[in-house]
Amino acid sequence: MNTRVAIVGGGPAGIRAAERLVEHGLSPILLDEAPRIGGRIYQQLPEVRGFRRDGKALYGFEAGKAEDLHAAFARIQPQLDYRPGTTVFDIASDRLITLGDGRREEIAYDRLILATGAMDRIMPLPGWTLPGVFALGGAQIALKHQGCAIGHSVVFLGSGPLLYLAAYQYAKAGVNVAAVLTTAPWLGLGANLLGMAAQAKTAAKGAYYVAKLLSWRIPVIGSVRPARIMGRDSVEGLEVLVDGRLRQFDCDAVALGYGLKSESQLAELAGAQFVFDRAQNQWLPEIDDHGRAVGRDGLYLAGDGAGIQGADAAELRGRIAAGALLQDLGIALKDAGDFGTLKRWHRFRVALEQAMPFPSHLAADLPDASILCRCENITAGEVRAAADQGLREINRVKAATRLGMGRCQGRICGIAGAEVLAAKLGVSVDSVGRLRAQPPVKPVPIEALAGDAP
Amino acid sequence: MGRGQFRRVAERERRRIAFLLDGVETEALEGDTVLIAILTTRAHLRMAEFTEAPRAGFCLMGACQDCWVASADGRSLRACTTYVAEGMAIVTRR
Repeated sequence: MNTRVAIVGGGPAGIRAAERLVEHGLSPILLDEAPRIGGRIYQQLPEVRGFRRDGKALYGFEAGKAEDLHAAFARIQPQLDYRPGTTVFDIASDRLITLGDGRREEIAYDRLILATGAMDRIMPLPGWTLPGVFALGGAQIALKHQGCAIGHSVVFLGSGPLLYLAAYQYAKAGVNVAAVLTTAPWLGLGANLLGMAAQAKTAAKGAYYVAKLLSWRIPVIGSVRPARIMGRDSVEGLEVLVDGRLRQFDCDAVALGYGLKSESQLAELAGAQFVFDRAQNQWLPEIDDHGRAVGRDGLYLAGDGAGIQGADAAELRGRIAAGALLQDLGIALKDAGDFGTLKRWHRFRVALEQAMPFPSHLAADLPDASILCRCENITAGEVRAAADQGLREINRVKAATRLGMGRCQGRICGIAGAEVLAAKLGVSVDSVGRLRAQPPVKPVPIEALAGDAP
Repeated sequence: MGRGQFRRVAERERRRIAFLLDGVETEALEGDTVLIAILTTRAHLRMAEFTEAPRAGFCLMGACQDCWVASADGRSLRACTTYVAEGMAIVTRR
């Protein structure tokens, strides 16, 4: 009998995994939530006439890589059972429960590669639920996928390489970038030169974006302490502390994001174990060097969904995970995985996280009245009150307060919620645990759940 | 109707289409998501369930679930991952 292999995710990791399986004679199922492959970084324009920007305009320095990935997919598509527009919302040990085109379907598998990618990592501040405040990655999607800016005058606030890239793309598109503000010291460009040197070309691109922003006389300021976003029904400005002094920036939109977090809910439902990664300051599914999930045979994880290492590493990790799967099936590999390059990406990522860390220190001072969980409208004060009542674990706080119980399942508030709880208790963030994933991992119509009854 | 939150800076040469936004005929461009179609003409998308404060979505990538609106026949739509279509009827008020 043919082994049924399913891949979830059509970004760089998922496509390269599919490609390697096809090269070895397999015909995997490829499920992608998006209507077209590419993931976020190599996302394609809608398939509608009239969109005109070319690869260079959309992907900049990465245009060649985007074209290569799209071409690789076109080559292998005839060998794939490709299911675009399909959301996997639950996973059993032998089948995926999916929703596509409003229809529930169960897809049996023997082996599973999850390449579910990442999303923005958020630290709230007062006013962050106002219309006009968007996730940094979302601000980039609006521009790349739709040709729209999130406002007329935009402040970029956060940390990480995407902050400078997105601000650069906005300014280049003619949008007024009011300021680029980061919590990282020295703009995150100073620390750990040795680690940065592990991928000097990528580090140089980051420096190029900052230099461009400065040459356009856009304020680029490090070591800021976010204070609040102002406005009644929409964004009117932003206040931050710079060197202890309050500074105000007029704007009608804020792009907010402090690096990325892995989308790991499906890995958890599929049976992966989790470990706290100190360098990335987040819980990650535990994998071996080849992407095999520890303690769960037949499950493989690749790309940013299994720890953030970026798009180039995701392509390598996709091929490596596919290689592990093939070897586990007893199929001889025709080529070797590129572990040397992957190790360099790993060193680079550790250096990046040190230089542009998640601002855990802001959690302690987040005002009590500030909303933490935007689905259920739960404030930092409610989480602290739960701690005062003796709750020391984030899932118990969830049960008591509804933090993370809303439609997003704690994707947005989970990390900051744990930081606020840990800061209140005076313990390290890993000791309060992590929000457990629950099916359905995305909202689905009630009819789609019908078959799930035990 | 006031100023839209979003501003078009590229891809403006697409076919114009009309859809109904809370009963009012509204113009969009073919290939717009529902979220873009609304926020290029309005300052917000919907009211939050518990506070009646305006919201406009957040992540734009189908993760935060803060941009759900409804079609006139009562189906829920995630505005950032649904494309607008000619004649579509969208309701943002309950």
